[in-house]
Amino acid sequence: MGNFISTTEQQQKEMLQEAGYDSFDALFAGVPEGVYQKDGVNIPEGLSELETERRMEVLAGKNQIFPHIFRGAGAYNHYIPAIVRTVVAKEDFLTAYTPYQAEISQGNLQAIFEFQTMICELTGMDVANASVYDGATAAAESIFMCRERKRMKALVSATTPPQVLETMQTYCYGRGAELCVVPEKDGVTDLEALASMLDEGVACMYLQQPNFYGILEDAKRIGELVHEKGAKFVMGGNPIAMAVIRTPGECGADVAVGEGQPLGMPLGFGGPYLGFMAATKDMMRKLPGRIVGETVDSEGQRGFVLTLQAREQHIRREKASSNICSNQALCALTASVYLAAMGAKGVQEAAMQCTSKAHYLQKELEQAGFHLVYDKPFFHEFVTDTPVDAELLMKQLEQHGYLGGLVLSGGRILWCTTEMNTKQEMDELVRLGKEAANR
Amino acid sequence: MKLLFERSVPGCGCTILPACDVPLVELDAAKREQALHLPEVSENEISRHYTELAKETHGVNDGSYPLGSCTMKYNPKINEVAAALPGFTKIHPLQPDHTAQGCLEVLQTAEKLLCEITGMDRMTFQPAAGAHGEFTGLLLIKAYHDHRGDTKRTKIIVPDSAHGTNPASAVMAGYQVINIPSRADGCVDLEVLRAAVGEDTAGLMLTNPNTVGLFDKNILEITRIIHEAGGLNYYDGANLNAVMGLVRPGDMGFDVIHLNLHKTFSTPHGGGGPGSGPVGCKAFLQDYLPETGAQSIGRVKAFHGNFLVVVKALNYILMLGREGILQASQNAVLNANYLRKKLSGVYDMAYDETCMHEFVMSLEQEKHEESVSALDVAKALLDYGIHPPTMYFPLIVHEALMVEPTETESKENLDELIRAFLEIHEKAKTDPEYIRSAPHTTTIKRLDEVAAARNPKLRYEF
Repeated sequence: MGNFISTTEQQQKEMLQEAGYDSFDALFAGVPEGVYQKDGVNIPEGLSELETERRMEVLAGKNQIFPHIFRGAGAYNHYIPAIVRTVVAKEDFLTAYTPYQAEISQGNLQAIFEFQTMICELTGMDVANASVYDGATAAAESIFMCRERKRMKALVSATTPPQVLETMQTYCYGRGAELCVVPEKDGVTDLEALASMLDEGVACMYLQQPNFYGILEDAKRIGELVHEKGAKFVMGGNPIAMAVIRTPGECGADVAVGEGQPLGMPLGFGGPYLGFMAATKDMMRKLPGRIVGETVDSEGQRGFVLTLQAREQHIRREKASSNICSNQALCALTASVYLAAMGAKGVQEAAMQCTSKAHYLQKELEQAGFHLVYDKPFFHEFVTDTPVDAELLMKQLEQHGYLGGLVLSGGRILWCTTEMNTKQEMDELVRLGKEAANR
Repeated sequence: MKLLFERSVPGCGCTILPACDVPLVELDAAKREQALHLPEVSENEISRHYTELAKETHGVNDGSYPLGSCTMKYNPKINEVAAALPGFTKIHPLQPDHTAQGCLEVLQTAEKLLCEITGMDRMTFQPAAGAHGEFTGLLLIKAYHDHRGDTKRTKIIVPDSAHGTNPASAVMAGYQVINIPSRADGCVDLEVLRAAVGEDTAGLMLTNPNTVGLFDKNILEITRIIHEAGGLNYYDGANLNAVMGLVRPGDMGFDVIHLNLHKTFSTPHGGGGPGSGPVGCKAFLQDYLPETGAQSIGRVKAFHGNFLVVVKALNYILMLGREGILQASQNAVLNANYLRKKLSGVYDMAYDETCMHEFVMSLEQEKHEESVSALDVAKALLDYGIHPPTMYFPLIVHEALMVEPTETESKENLDELIRAFLEIHEKAKTDPEYIRSAPHTTTIKRLDEVAAARNPKLRYEF
């Protein structure tokens, strides 16, 4: 049994005495009878470190690790450079709190400042915050940056990933905000429907690029439509894709958000991941969460501090722009180290390999009888139908260590490739698919 | 320190990816036009850069961190080992359940243990942090009233000693906040509470021990008043480290709680996150939890929350067990009272009685007599390699310093902390200017926060 306490029982006795108490129970004399559990709660006795590690290894061993992953849908299997793993394991970064005391937190603060800069670069926006919980909550928070007195309604495209859409709906349920789903047509946002839904009461429109089906939408056109009606345009996106496709900034977005997991975070059964948020300068003071700014110290040296805190809950309480306090700082650091290790060329190379492999796999699958459902430009995910029962196919792939695409309604399959997928394993995947089809 | 961008040398970089083994496909439409500026640095340069930054970052590994309300206890390394097991890190969140049994068992086991510790019946791990948990918990309360057709309950009562996240979360859940003044000792004034409740009361948000570190003795009466008015009681678990294993929020009349696994259950704070803010509730609210069915409030985050953080917390709970959990809170409270006793008489204690895991000092007198503020004392502590206490919180105490030593500090560390506080107090009398201009030994001195906010420079310009 471990408790990580650094005093001996003898010292504890002496300290109790010096503080004026004769026992531990005396410290809790103010707790009403009936709620005080003198002997503790009913959980098992503690374990040694070795026993705990063994126990956790057994748990981890009950999961199936897929050596070949062709599933994305919001969580992507990218390579994580070794330097990323070692930097974020540094104890100082790991064990620090939010950098409230700037003089002894310059490293942390500077790292956030660098992160904000990289997010601005990726998104093509003016300012970025220090992160929020994930891409879904970033999308949800963005709605409340845009609502104004007469513009209270938010629009969201039906091509948004379900996890993101559902999170937005929950946040809107909270504040009683209206969220309307713009229908899709042939795998993309229905522009006619969008035009008819845009009225004077619309605060913003959310579009994810690439969308849930991996398709690249006509984001620039959508941005124009939204702006014509005086509403704000919010774009969600994949940060790896942003390195090669038109940025939210280039598409005229007022707010850009996204899921930063592809930037060096493991799949980890869904988290911790990284929500990033960026905006135009005009929207800067509407951003939720921590923001780091550059300043000087009393001797004129460059330094960094948490800034624009008048937006935040610890100052404004019920008038704050959001309740967020803890964010995903270590994940933001992860993303920064990843982007530094890859460099612009490396990220663009990863993006290009994602796209190239997806197109290779799609063509091969087409020949095996898995037809592309939407004939539209796509980044690294695409939807096919299937000549065999989709669930059955997944079961068969599983036995060979392949995590196939995500099965969607109507037996369609959402496939995903990254730079991790080799030609050899894609060929094997297709062979297994053919085999299943011919069975 | 140089910025990473200032270390950039065109042409430098790392070799990470192999050449593409399929024909290259470039997207024709919607190509990015603007250049992408990222640092061009070798791996050696990256390593040295972050080593330099780490040296300028004070973590729990660097020294005492008595930051009130934040529970900066030691973060056991075995937690990190467990969370780095490939059997956890390489699992896709949308894998079929039968291939993720280990992950599901982690969540289930953590739920069972934490429900036992808190006296709750069910728990969700979706919330990513404490404030996220507050929002989620309040939505459970909202859904409860909504499903009963009780739509007139539009108000959440929050004492003025509460964490800032409480009122902010209430607003996000669509509630009007009723701030009630606390008694002089930070506890709830029963008369004020009785006058505040009514048919419009949706619930109360409370942390106990409260933010001045006192256990509210009237807790059973407080939660009864709310229940009798038809409202529900929400427990902010930020201060659970004082009573974990000794007092269960469920036994105090609370219906919904959130925990901060990154505080009480030792997963590190990561310089601001990621945390994990699971929400527990009594059985009558379980149908409203995320991912439960038709009555669910819906999801508050993609997938299953900050799963790897839950792995760390489970690891910690397994290791401590019944006895260790008990000892952790007992010693958290002992260490706080030891410090309080040794400092009272020199520093003014806001409430000089037995505290729980933390206590609050007021520097009002020093401010008045020597023009030395809570901020000045905090900055002076930096010269001792000690992270200062939480400043200017709770709001009900003027010139507040909120001290939470945690159970993992040694007696030697506590004595060192005491010595530093006493020396600073002495120096404030003999040479107040020295304290007002502290810190003197850090690389960076006091920073101009006003200039930072007035002329925001939030990114590096190329």
